Order: sequence, then C-alpha cells, then structure tokens
Amino acid sequence: MPWFKRSKQNISPDSQKKDLPDGMWEKCPSCNEIIHKKQLEANLWTCLKCDYHFRIGSGEYIGILLDAGTFKEMDKKMRSADPLDFEDTKKYTKRIAETIKKLGLFDAVRTGTGKINGTEIAFACMDFQFIGGSMGSVVGEKIARVIDKAYKEKIPLVIISASGGARMMEGAFSLMQLAKTSSRLARLAEAKIPYISVMTDPTTGGTTASYAMLGDVHIAEPKALIGFAGPRVIRQAVGKDLPPGFQRSEFLLDQGFVDIISHRKDLKSTISKVINLLS
Amino acid sequence: MARAILDFEKPIFELEAKLEEMRKVSDNLDIGNEIIKIEKKVKQLKEELYKGLSRWQRVQLARHPDRPYTLDYINLMTENFVELHGDRSYKDDKAMVGGLAQLDNYKVMIIGQQKGRDTKSNLYRNFGMSNPEGYRKALRLMKLAEKFNRPVITMLDTPGAFPGIEAEERGQAEAIARNLFEMSKLRVPIIIVIIGEGASGGALGIGLGDRILMLENCWYSVISPESCSSILWRSWEYKEQAAEALKLTAPDLLQQGIIDRIVPEPLGGAHKDHKLAADNLKQVLIEELDKLVKIKPDKLFEGRIEKFGKMGVYQE
Ligand SMILES: [Zn+2]
Repeated sequence: MPWFKRSKQNISPDSQKKDLPDGMWEKCPSCNEIIHKKQLEANLWTCLKCDYHFRIGSGEYIGILLDAGTFKEMDKKMRSADPLDFEDTKKYTKRIAETIKKLGLFDAVRTGTGKINGTEIAFACMDFQFIGGSMGSVVGEKIARVIDKAYKEKIPLVIISASGGARMMEGAFSLMQLAKTSSRLARLAEAKIPYISVMTDPTTGGTTASYAMLGDVHIAEPKALIGFAGPRVIRQAVGKDLPPGFQRSEFLLDQGFVDIISHRKDLKSTISKVINLLS
Repeated sequence: MARAILDFEKPIFELEAKLEEMRKVSDNLDIGNEIIKIEKKVKQLKEELYKGLSRWQRVQLARHPDRPYTLDYINLMTENFVELHGDRSYKDDKAMVGGLAQLDNYKVMIIGQQKGRDTKSNLYRNFGMSNPEGYRKALRLMKLAEKFNRPVITMLDTPGAFPGIEAEERGQAEAIARNLFEMSKLRVPIIIVIIGEGASGGALGIGLGDRILMLENCWYSVISPESCSSILWRSWEYKEQAAEALKLTAPDLLQQGIIDRIVPEPLGGAHKDHKLAADNLKQVLIEELDKLVKIKPDKLFEGRIEKFGKMGVYQE
C-alpha cells in the first residue's frame, strides 16, 4: 500500500501547477506538453498530444459518465469513526479532519444512482486524493450499500476504482471490507445483475483483490497501474527491475485480467454499450 | 533440536535450565524443598510474563520458528489424511496445502498455508507465501468439498501473498478476490482458524467463512507491523508502535467483533507443546462443527453476508 511514498509525485491536476504562472496551465507528466486547464477539461483531462490520462476524482467522473443532473448521492456524509484510536506520526482523526476540510469529500468513495445514456444505474467512484483512495470501514460500507441498491432496484452497477488498497489506520476492520464487498457482489451476481468494474490509475492492493477484479466486464483506462502488490514492494522482493509496462492496463489485458481498454472519451459509450448488451 | 529462544523468554529458560540441573543432582542431596520453591517461582514468572505480553511480543510468538504449522496440526488432529495437489490449471503451490481427513467423527477438507522450518524447507514452501495457483488450488479443494458435502477448515499462517512478478502476471489480486466471492456462496460450513500470522489479503484469501477462530498468540491485520512502520513512520524502527497501533492480537480482534473465539495455547505458546495445542484446537473445532452442520446450506450464504456486513465502524 505505497500511497504515502507515491503521493509526493501524485499526478493530480492540482499538483502540477507549481512552476506555471497563473495556475491556469498544466504540464503533461508524460510528454511535458503545456496545456491550458480549460483545454484539458474539454479534453476530459487527457493530454492533447500524447493521450496521457491525468488522475481525476469522483466529481469529474460523475460529470463525464452520468447524464447531466441525474446523480443522486447516497450516504454522502458517512465518515470514519477511528475504531482503533489510531496514531502514527499524526492522529488518524486529525488526518481525516484535515483531508475532509481540504478536499470537501468525506471519504475515498462517493456512491449513488444516476443515468448513463438514459439507463438507470447504481454508481460508485473512488477518490485517490483521499488518503490514497484507501479502503476503510466507510469505503467498504458505502460500496456494500450501493451493491445492495443495485440488487434491490435490479439496476446495473458501475464502480470506478482508484485506490492504493486497504487503509492501514483501521487495521483488521479495513481488511474485512474485502470480504464484506465480495460477498455482496456474490449475491448481486446470483441475481444476474450486470456489474461493470472500471479500473483507473492506480488500482492496487485490497481494492483490486476484491470488487475491482469481480466485474462481469473489466474496463481499464489506458496505462493505468493495476495490481495487487505495488511495484516498489515487488522490486524489493525480487531484487530486480520490473519489465517495461509491467502492471499497466495493456499488460493486464494481455494476461487476461482486463476485457477492454477504453480512452476516457469513449468510456461512457463503452459502459453504456456493454450494459445494453447485458440487460 | 536447537530451540529458538526469544529475548523475553530468556529469564524463564535460564530458570528452567537451573531447575533441570538441580533435579539431576537432587538424588544425592537434600534439596527437594529448594526445587519445589524454584518450580513455583518459574510457574509464577511464566504466568505473569505471558499474561502481560506486548502486542509486538505476541507477533514474535506468532512467528516462533518452533511453532506448529498447518501440517503439524493436521497430523496431530486428524486420521487418514490424504493430501491433494494442484490447481488443475497451472501448478501445485507448496505454500498452500490441503486434503481430505477424518477429524473425530467428521470427514472434512482441511486447507492451510504452510511455512517451512529451515532454509531448505522454507525455500520449498516459499516462506508460506502463496502465488495465485495456491489460492486457486484452495478453491478447487473447497469446490470438491462442496460437491461431496464435506465441511471446510482453513488455517491461516502467512506473512503475505507472494509479491512477485509472476504472481502479478497470473493475477494474484483476481485469485484472492475470486476466493472471497466463491467462499461466500459455498454450500458447506467453513471454519477459519488463524494459527500464526494473518497478514492481510494473503491470509484473507482463504479467510471467509462461518466461524473465525484464532489461537491465543497470533496476529491478524491489514498489514505487518514492519511494513506499517515503514510506510507510516517512514522507517523500519517503529514496528513495536505499529503493532500497538494496529491492535492485531487475538484479544483485540475478539473485542473488535472480527473473530468469534480464541483458542487457548499451552502456557508460553503453542511451540511449547504441539500435542496440547492441537488437542485444544481439535476440541474447539468439534464443538463448532457440531453447531455448523445443523445449519441448512441455503442459510450459509446469507449468514456470511450478515457476518461480514457487520464488520466496520463509521459515523453517519
Ligand atoms: Zn502528454
């Protein structure tokens, strides 16, 4: 779960502005192209030159994927209760409070219902910015409830993952969210309700080892990091450099764990097409 | 066999050695009373020591190199064990063992993570770290158990799923996720026992069931204290603090409502007396099986959804 180490080079639109004058420009981390924010937004936060997919959050995905004004949020204010009274270099409660204040999000996933090209779906989207998109009790419970929503309403489920894995600060509670969400998905599957899992950069650890890998159809954004162990941990364990493209979407498709790689511009139509063919 | 001695066990070993010496010469000398006094002292010291263990000390006991492993428990608890091999797709993972056995009156499928005891056997067992084929082998055996209506017992004892290049190529995450999905639905009772280290998703990959038991000196959490220290404190030096913060011992997990029952170990840990440790576990397993086999197969799935659905603490 190396979100901490990686968060320094966290490639969110917000973190790229430092050397660019008026805060209206972004630099592509892949090809160094300087792009105006308005242009980038119009291009769904993908590089105009090299198609690099910038990391974006739930707000952006809701705008991109759901029909305008159709998102009805569930459990919006559910937040962590710090069950272990956890403290490392900082108190967990403080870390949570600061993150909530900074991002205006209550935890690392938003859930609800909405329409995708007119079809009602249950929808969840993770926010990597919120403590590395880590899954603790809140993420697990909200995902479980949105699965149940799909189950009760008999509507397809779409989950957009972006996560460094389970949240350390809730210990075994976090681990048990893998079991909680997977058992709910098993019930959804018995009812033959379609579930589309979308993996974005990055999807690793406990999130991958539960709901992200349990879709009827797996869609990934190009070049997203997807895996169980993080690259740093693997490099340490095997003591050698990792092959180029290792744990990227294209590698997972070749290995047989992803069905479709979809450019963000095509994501809505791809999801919509799959849902229509299954429903 | 040379016994490994943990730092905090040293005072006891010293006293026990002294006692042993005195017993040898006691026939010629009149020191019976002295011996009885020291015996009492040793027992008292032990009880105090093991009652007051820190969480990090429990982690050390969970990893004790003399501790019984899955195959030791199987040999000590069951008869007619027939080991089964392979995932029928890629390979036989030596870090995951399993097979059919007779446990008292029950014909069961026992599956568990297996560590080695020396360098050679540890390499053979990959230090108890499974690859995807290990989880798929476990699932294959569970499906076999389901087909012939045999209860499943799984034993968790791993420092983690193997973080290797090939493990990722073959879908480590998918293999674990698939097990959680399929174990939810399995139409036979599943008892989970944490017998040593329960490290994160690697342990949980065979850890979804109807009852979760934990031996007294084990740990089970989302991450090891060392890795937690290295990520949150950015140094390997804070493992003791990390162990405290993670609240990862059997009493902690019972209090958190994550495990159902603690299985007592012999005083000083399961490694002190393998037979006694196995007898304790066997007795608890039989008690739990007696209850679980009465549940209708149709009810198991909903029961598991409810059981794991309750795990988690949040504010609304
Ligand atoms: Zn670019």
